[in-house]
Amino acid sequence: MDRFPGHKFLPYLLVFPSIFVIAIFLLIPFGQAIHLSFFRISPFGRMAHYVGWRNYIELFQSSAYLQSVLNSFLFAGLVIGIGLTLSLFIAVLTTQRIRGKAFYQVAFIWTYAMSPAIAGVMWALIFDPSIGVGTHLIRNVTGYRLNFFTDSVGAFTLVTVASIWIMLGYNICFYIAGLQNVPHEFKEAAMVDGCTPWKSFWIITFPMLSPTTAFLIFVNTVYAFFQSFAMVDVVTMGGPGRTTEFMVYKIYRDGFDRMQEGQAAAQSVLLFIMVAAIASFQIYTSTRKAIYNR
Amino acid sequence: MRIKRKTLYDILTHLILITILLGVAFPVYYTFVMATHTHRDAYAFPPILRPGNQLLENMERAWNRVNLSRLMVNSLIIALTVSAGKIVFSILASFAFTHFKFRGAKLLFPLAMVTQMMPLPVRIIPMYRLMVEFGWLNTYYALTIPYLASTTGIILFRQFYMTVPEELADAARVDGATPLRYLWHILIPLSMTNIAALFVIEFVYMWNEYLWPMVATTAQDMRVAQIGLRMLYTTERAAAEWNIVMAGTILIMLPPLIVLILFRKQFASGIAMQTTK
Repeated sequence: MDRFPGHKFLPYLLVFPSIFVIAIFLLIPFGQAIHLSFFRISPFGRMAHYVGWRNYIELFQSSAYLQSVLNSFLFAGLVIGIGLTLSLFIAVLTTQRIRGKAFYQVAFIWTYAMSPAIAGVMWALIFDPSIGVGTHLIRNVTGYRLNFFTDSVGAFTLVTVASIWIMLGYNICFYIAGLQNVPHEFKEAAMVDGCTPWKSFWIITFPMLSPTTAFLIFVNTVYAFFQSFAMVDVVTMGGPGRTTEFMVYKIYRDGFDRMQEGQAAAQSVLLFIMVAAIASFQIYTSTRKAIYNR
Repeated sequence: MRIKRKTLYDILTHLILITILLGVAFPVYYTFVMATHTHRDAYAFPPILRPGNQLLENMERAWNRVNLSRLMVNSLIIALTVSAGKIVFSILASFAFTHFKFRGAKLLFPLAMVTQMMPLPVRIIPMYRLMVEFGWLNTYYALTIPYLASTTGIILFRQFYMTVPEELADAARVDGATPLRYLWHILIPLSMTNIAALFVIEFVYMWNEYLWPMVATTAQDMRVAQIGLRMLYTTERAAAEWNIVMAGTILIMLPPLIVLILFRKQFASGIAMQTTK
């Protein structure tokens, strides 16, 4: 570890820039968010008075907030469930012994470069109520006229599909890397024992991918909770009604449009607790793997 | 018989992969087609799925409508500054964490975890107040400095520095090289793949950043490209001009796409490094 003994001061100097930025722009503001969450602040922040847990109590009694939590989790669940299944399926296909393997393995990466706002606009075009090809296709097949401006299910589906699409590149890339780390001997041993490829996938490959899966669950949750904001803001603006008013969008609206900074801060703190819980689950899963490997 | 079954299986795999690939690429293709049409063709029924010849005209109109030249330059300045800054900050920090023994060295992982759990939205209101206090609203400071620390970057370089043989540092020390000389002349030239990988990750991330630039800027000339897309899209809703919106979309999505395609190999190996802990 200590490859340059005798430099007492230097390491502190080296970590200082990073620690300084983290302290000033992450830790202190988060502390202030906790502090603010116990206050009621008048619009434009002139007056603040202490209200104890009232902001939190009001949140738990607010159907709009509970709905936004529920919708966020449903959205994240769909993005993770459908997105990861599809990505793993594609990753498994590209790691088969086929020609053009290298081509397929990079051919999906590019969705990673798409921004949520861009993906939102692209899928809004596809599902445009009057000219979208997706809308026409759905109407020809099912007779249903989709209009995401007025139809809650339509708007929710639009952001879900666009989000799954955007995350494909990243997910596939990680699953390919994970699949290449699964030792061949294990699979061969299973084959010798008479396992079908399907069975050996479930009893060997899939469990060995669990750290990758746990990591991707975390990344996709962060995406669904946080990055999806841009898509919602550009395309659905939280609507129709409050269908796509996910947690971050609600924090933004309450804090900046509805001038309720105290309540918005309380929502931030609750959001932090949720993300921390999911992150701990991910760390728990990857450390368990370390023990399993020994 | 067995060879035949294998061939059949391969053909099926190719077919499925190509179908999915076409499906995944379709939104981009449709965007492109829409961007090449005149208003009349864009709104034709049934929809026209081959490209027209109005691409440059539409791009020009999108470009002028929301002052894209200024917005794209802003995004470029921000993305490049933050990527470069993050690379430097994380190299310095992970060099400290891997090559020195010092108090606080054990704080790395708790710190990395905590910062991962604190994306901007959980501290956005105090951050906005801080910018007001600093007088940083509508400045590049607000759009770059808060982003400069990257625990992703610190961990990424740490993973790599742990694999560099200890003898290298020992040899350098015996030869009388100071730690910073060793870092500059030996370690950094070895880290080029990681630097490129982190550059892709951060460039794409910053170019696509939306919420904070929206909150921290109100002046038209400090806006970024993603906000420009929102402005374009809003005009579409009023005036129904999908062809122009989509021409603008292509312009705005190109820079991160080019960076990713140029450095795709380094990006993939950076990802592989993150998974093998």
